[in-house]
Amino acid sequence: MTDFQRLVFSFFNLEVMRRYLPAILDGFVLTIWLAVAVIATGLALGLALATLRSAQVRPLTWALVLVVDLLRAVPPLVIIVLFYFALPHVGIRMSGVAATWASLSLVLAAYAEEIFWAGILAVPRGQWEAARSTGLSFGQALAFVVLPHALRLTIPPLTNRAIAITKGTALGSVVGVPEILTQAITGQSFSGNASPLTLGAAAYLVLFVPFVAVGRWVETRFAWKR
Amino acid sequence: MDALIQNFFNPAIMRAAAPLLLKGLGMTVLLCLVVVPAGVAGGLGVALLSTVRRAWVRWPLIVYVDFFRAFPPLVLLIFIFFGLPFLGLDLPAFAAVVIAFLLNTSSYYGEILRAGIESVGSGQTEAARSTGLGRVQTLAYVVVPQAVRNVLPDLIGNTLEVVKLTSLASVVALPELLYAARSAQSVTYNPSPIVLAAAVYFVLLWPGVRLLSRLEHRMLASRR
Repeated sequence: MTDFQRLVFSFFNLEVMRRYLPAILDGFVLTIWLAVAVIATGLALGLALATLRSAQVRPLTWALVLVVDLLRAVPPLVIIVLFYFALPHVGIRMSGVAATWASLSLVLAAYAEEIFWAGILAVPRGQWEAARSTGLSFGQALAFVVLPHALRLTIPPLTNRAIAITKGTALGSVVGVPEILTQAITGQSFSGNASPLTLGAAAYLVLFVPFVAVGRWVETRFAWKR
Repeated sequence: MDALIQNFFNPAIMRAAAPLLLKGLGMTVLLCLVVVPAGVAGGLGVALLSTVRRAWVRWPLIVYVDFFRAFPPLVLLIFIFFGLPFLGLDLPAFAAVVIAFLLNTSSYYGEILRAGIESVGSGQTEAARSTGLGRVQTLAYVVVPQAVRNVLPDLIGNTLEVVKLTSLASVVALPELLYAARSAQSVTYNPSPIVLAAAVYFVLLWPGVRLLSRLEHRMLASRR
């Protein structure tokens, strides 16, 4: 075999690819489900935390900031490992998928809380005052006046965060979640051939290149006009 | 409660694991000291090249940046670590980690610095050039310093991400902090070392996280 043939044989082996394509596709679907679940819970929890913070109760705010900082400072992989390998010692057992989902959701919630909160702060005080003086309650003012303004500001950073956390699903491979990367590694070690890795790489490109393009578009579309 | 302390905050186990974790921390710091400066330098190169308006420079750069931003860093690391041996290249884990992280972080730093350079008005370049500064001098003394200031929060944020990224090296058995903690856990069958490692990451990165939040809030406040 020439070098080129060896390269094709190792990385673009159609026969091996055909054998592992179904597994990679399963992983692809699971990755998408996991990402959707993480984004939904993470954003909802983040918005709830930011709303709590806007109540401005001192001890609550401090506790919130501490937890958020903790989740932003500790690497997500460490949190996943803690959930999966440490919690069983105190009787809390969860599957790899659940551990990955819970960890990534918490991390996304922490970032989202910061972003939502910054958005709420950026809405001029006059808006609050005007809303309250027309007779809206605190909750109504937040929901109908402040948040709609704030959310617009938060779209670009939230999009970036959501993309980043979706990439975090690959970390699930460490705790045996059968997503794309796990399937690719398993395929590679069973076949002794790198083609499943190539397939996995292609799957990630199919998944993420549209995201990156959308991210670029969102950034220009919702950019602050200065 | 007692079980919680025994399992998560066991002082005897933490003390026993401390030397191993300290070694791991050393490796984490070493990784950061290699990857962060090289990533910033690579990113600056990408950003400066992207100011060139020629299509044959621009398009390959956009492809490079989007390609390596699209890949989850762990995927990149695994592919380099497990894939390259098939090309007859047997890389040590440290080299694989550094290459994977550099490809990833230089793209991110590149995007951030590009945005920074674009935020500096063209009047600055023209004024600098008309005072007799050369092209390189203009970039070094006028454009880049302002660009860096404008995107400082993003630069700090990305640097924090890089430090957290180093924990992925544990997957290819590079003995950094997380790997050390997991080895200590499997030897003692007690997860306290992992809790300790999480605490070390927190202490290491918390000042950065606080600083970043302040800068971000100040930036938003200045815009309204």
